[in-house]
Amino acid sequence: MMQELEKYLRRDRFPHMWCPGCGNGIVLGCLLRAIKKLGLEQDKTIIVGGIGCSSRAVGYLDFNTLHTTHGRALAFATGIKLARPELNVIVVTGDGDATAIGGNHFIHAARRNIDLTVVLFNNNIYGMTGGQYSPLTPANKKATTAPHGTIEPVFDVAELARAAGATFVGRSTTYHTNLLTSLIAGGIENKGFSLVEAITACPTNFGRRNKMKGGAEMLLWQRDNAVHVQKTKQMSPGELEGKIVIGLLHKKETPEYTFVYDQIIARAREESGPGTLTPLKGGESRGRTE
Amino acid sequence: MTQVVEMARLMQGNEAVAEGALVAGVRFFAGYPITPSTEIAEIMAERLPRMGGKFIQMEDEIASLAAVIGASLAGVKSITATSGPGFSLMQENIGFAAMAEVPCVIVNVQRSGPSTGMPTAPAQGDVMQARWGTHGDHPVIVLSPSSVREAYDLTVRAVNLAEKYRVPVVLLLDEVIGHLREKVILPAPGELEIVNRKGPGVAPAGYLPYRPDETGVPPMANFGDGYRYHVTGLAHDELGLPTNNPEVAEQLLLRLHEKINRNLDDIIMDDSMHLEDAGVVVLAYGATARSAGRAVREARNSGIKAGLYRPLTLWPFPARRVAAVAEKVHTIIVPEMNLGQYRLEVERVVGDRDRVRGVNRVNGELITPGEILALLREVV
Repeated sequence: MMQELEKYLRRDRFPHMWCPGCGNGIVLGCLLRAIKKLGLEQDKTIIVGGIGCSSRAVGYLDFNTLHTTHGRALAFATGIKLARPELNVIVVTGDGDATAIGGNHFIHAARRNIDLTVVLFNNNIYGMTGGQYSPLTPANKKATTAPHGTIEPVFDVAELARAAGATFVGRSTTYHTNLLTSLIAGGIENKGFSLVEAITACPTNFGRRNKMKGGAEMLLWQRDNAVHVQKTKQMSPGELEGKIVIGLLHKKETPEYTFVYDQIIARAREESGPGTLTPLKGGESRGRTE
Repeated sequence: MTQVVEMARLMQGNEAVAEGALVAGVRFFAGYPITPSTEIAEIMAERLPRMGGKFIQMEDEIASLAAVIGASLAGVKSITATSGPGFSLMQENIGFAAMAEVPCVIVNVQRSGPSTGMPTAPAQGDVMQARWGTHGDHPVIVLSPSSVREAYDLTVRAVNLAEKYRVPVVLLLDEVIGHLREKVILPAPGELEIVNRKGPGVAPAGYLPYRPDETGVPPMANFGDGYRYHVTGLAHDELGLPTNNPEVAEQLLLRLHEKINRNLDDIIMDDSMHLEDAGVVVLAYGATARSAGRAVREARNSGIKAGLYRPLTLWPFPARRVAAVAEKVHTIIVPEMNLGQYRLEVERVVGDRDRVRGVNRVNGELITPGEILALLREVV
């Protein structure tokens, strides 16, 4: 399998920059498996990242890749998709990138239902800067900027995306790789805004400070604390306390932004043509005289 | 034989910017409403879809420039328009466009600041921000028109320069020029030079996305056209891939400046009046240059040998040309709707602060010809 994925990698860029035990490579593997499964054309697939450990993934991928400014990946991706709707545009981002500095772009991209697939690597921490708390760091956890424990509650990012207008929302973990791959593939296939939240481990900057020993233990934690959405119906709120609900969480059919835009263009061209200059109020805009 | 004559037309400065952009081939606009630039967005929203182009109102100005850069990477000439507060928000992505060499045009219709200031009042307080607003040493081109026709021409020029040199180009209007309505006769489409970015010219296997050609600018492949490469705001090598190698980083930074510095004659545009025998020159740009022109004409009528020097390209600073002007005159007067931002640069080049005088206003009102004329009389 690995060999089949190698064509998607800039192999001379390895070894990668991620720490031992980091789950980002697992998420990246799932993304590539999904791309392979769908047979996406490499020349027609654009992968956009923000800033942070997860977003550095784009540098290892042999596509047109764009590593943007912090939090803004979705806004750059919106420009690409709107300019060239025929391209597949995938965004890789992290919890801080997408929900703190990029929170506004996140909800508006979801609201527009523009056909972007977001793979959100949620490692519950700002890893690259050395372990500061993010909007997805659970309460009462330690971070370098929360040495006495975090106070703030977390976003439910899947619920946030659903409420904002996303038409495909799923969550999985780096333990549940088959599910993660199929959710990413489902998100890419969905014509609209898709969010796949990937719960991933940062042993260096989250686990180490929060009594989780290493990458392997954190994977086991994911195994023991994830509950598939289908099983939640038989569980009481008490049983669900502290669990991660995984699976396809939301899907609906809503017209996609660039599709509607193309209809508007067709109508504007048919009804009024390209025009020359904007008409002056109450008069001829421009004339020619011989 | 019949002659085709374009009829004169009444046009607003902001409207001229929108029309200029369309003629230059812009087919993507992303923006956020802000006085006094909003007409540009409104016209683009109306016109672009009719021409097969795209307009999008983003959630803020940060996103607006991000979307513009994304669309430009996908091969579409792209532009945004804003005013001071929005221009401040765009600064980080202006740096991205400079570093990643993505052609784009940012129109800033200046209003009185700092902060929310006086939204409907003119100012020229963003002259230094346009040059140095984003962090790090970066190249930038800034143009500033003084009339509606010039707003049209310089918009076309801004798009051309962005495509040619792969830099963000700032078109700096002020509220007066943005909202001014005056008679214009636009050039026929064929009369305008339209520049498109240079494509790779080699097969994808041989393409190095950040290797410059003989002009110092790397040919640009558009996303989705079969040339797979990486674009980043990190220091990068010729493949576009990130590096911490000091030599490679330095070469990149020096080249980004060199591609502008070796083409100054192409980039710098200016205009002048009565320089031949002038003993005193008014150096002015934007709306202030209109008052300056009137003051110079009135001074001439009363026997003062005054001249006008008008930089249309504010940055890079036309240092050699200003130095040449300074050699022949005893005083240069720099009127500005700020507290002397551009005057600092003139002083640097002239080297004698006593020979450079300012007329400055920051109250949201235009500098009048009378104020400039009074100083012209004083210095002679």
